[in-house]
Amino acid sequence: MSSIITVGGITKTYGETIAVNDLSFSVEEGEIFGMVGPNGAGKTTTIECIEGLRQADRGEIQVMGLDPIRQERQLRPLLGIQLQQAHLPDNIKVWEALDMYASFYDNTLDWEDLLEELGLMDKRGTTFRKLSGGQKQHLFIALALLNDPRLVFLDELTTGLDPHARHNIWDLVQEVRQRGKTVFLTTHYMEEAENLCDRVAILDQGKIVALDTPANLIRDLKISERISFQVKGEWKSGALEDLPGVKNVQRQGDKVVVLGPANGAQVSASIVTGVVNALAEAGTQFSDLRTEYPDLEDVFLTLTGHQMRPERSE
Amino acid sequence: MRAFLKYTWVEIKLFLREPMGAFFTLVFPLVMLFLFGTIYGNEPDAMFNGYGTVDISIPAYTAMIISTTGIMALSITMSAYREKGILRRLRLSPLQPHVILAGQVVVIFMMTLAGMLLLILAGKLVYDLRFDGRVLDVALAFLLGSVSFFSLGFVLASVMPNARTAQVVGMVIFYPMLFLSGAGMPLEILPESIRNFSKYLPLTHVVTMLRGLWIGESWSLHTTEIWVLLGMTLAGVVISSLTFRWE
Ligand SMILES: Nc1ncnc2c1ncn2[C@@H]1O[C@H](COP(=O)(O)OP(=O)(O)O)[C@@H](O)[C@H]1O
Ligand SMILES: [Mg+2]
Repeated sequence: MSSIITVGGITKTYGETIAVNDLSFSVEEGEIFGMVGPNGAGKTTTIECIEGLRQADRGEIQVMGLDPIRQERQLRPLLGIQLQQAHLPDNIKVWEALDMYASFYDNTLDWEDLLEELGLMDKRGTTFRKLSGGQKQHLFIALALLNDPRLVFLDELTTGLDPHARHNIWDLVQEVRQRGKTVFLTTHYMEEAENLCDRVAILDQGKIVALDTPANLIRDLKISERISFQVKGEWKSGALEDLPGVKNVQRQGDKVVVLGPANGAQVSASIVTGVVNALAEAGTQFSDLRTEYPDLEDVFLTLTGHQMRPERSE
Repeated sequence: MRAFLKYTWVEIKLFLREPMGAFFTLVFPLVMLFLFGTIYGNEPDAMFNGYGTVDISIPAYTAMIISTTGIMALSITMSAYREKGILRRLRLSPLQPHVILAGQVVVIFMMTLAGMLLLILAGKLVYDLRFDGRVLDVALAFLLGSVSFFSLGFVLASVMPNARTAQVVGMVIFYPMLFLSGAGMPLEILPESIRNFSKYLPLTHVVTMLRGLWIGESWSLHTTEIWVLLGMTLAGVVISSLTFRWE
């Protein structure tokens, strides 16, 4: 494997805001590389610097050995890009957009097949204005794949899609990779990164806090269990934090999340019993208690000390 | 080439699907022609050196179309394309930036031309239009007038923050100019004081040049117009190439 993208120490600031702070990483040919992080973490800034749409203040970027800004012309035909924010003319029809964009490239996939795969076939004569948000998103993904690019960038690829459509897109991305292409995607859905990506960079406040395969990231947490439950009113976490094996206790609104036990600690048994006993002893009213395997969300929480998406606990 | 043809063809369809632009470029001039043609007919008139109202209106309305497409259609489309990120999406393709812009100009030019040809056709069929000029001269004058106003349109598109402002500013420039330049109504019927002011409007120069060449005057009578419009084109190209933004 060789690196198809190398990023060396890029920084980008907007006035006082440091959007991207000295990032370095590389993406290997043939992998699905994901960049996850909350809104404002700097994902779009990073991906658009790599795409040659924005210029980093400092640092080096190479895409297939080329400079994305100075050698833009050579790169354009090789890249497929779906932007986080994009628009087509209101009155353009779906087929016209695909037919027109296809004419810009020497080699393209059959756009009718793409429409079929993306479930847009019955919308081919519909104008852009009349498409739903999800349909527009599908159309932009079709446009990104149209030239059968060697490297595909997908910025927030499933935002605004329902779960069914989301799984559909995941399948499509896997298929693209199976044809030997490289995919660089960003998402703020940890679940998406975990399911789809070979490697994930976790981004927070313009910095990479971790970069590895999802399995390794979760294993390195040394946590095997996540217990969550709802409490009402006054509640102190102290009793739980002192339990053997408990690594982290977080409260968001009425929801409490307990992470543990650390793998390799003496306490190898489940901490559920301990947690329930402690709650009962303190006379705490709790409900909806469940235990799950830790996921990337917990990795983020543990590494940054804050929740990835506050809405998750609502 | 295939890319350019596809792109311009789609843009032409889009232009025609936009009711306002298509109406003011293709339909409204005809409405004006038939309105004043019905009222005044096309009898030779001493005020117009023996030409009829329709004879002198067609070159004038052509100037009107040029200013509509240049100041309004081109600048509004370009600012809307930038504002919404349509230009940004286009730039992700291998289509060269200058080709993207040239395509827009070509489409607007063809629509302007279509507007003029419709007027000429209507004039010929309905009013026995009189034409004493040379086709090539009028075509060149039409090209110069168009290019100068398109470059003005590009300046507007470059400096306006969004499509809404471009539209308002475009209208503020367009309407007074339409009535005071001889494009919407003949200068001959306007009072002397206004006509003195008209000299300073760029559109007046397009009207004067087109009307003159239409009745067979020589280019040498129109050197002022040529220089003014060439200067305007050059200034427009320089200013917009310095200020044009893709996003
Ligand atoms: N064009 C811009 N002008 C000013 N600030 C920007 C611009 N783009 C991004 N930012 C700021 O940079 C930070 C990172 O944004 P972004 O890269 O869009 O993050 P993400 O895609 O992860 O949500 C945010 O604080 C955002 O407000
Ligand atoms: Mg983003």
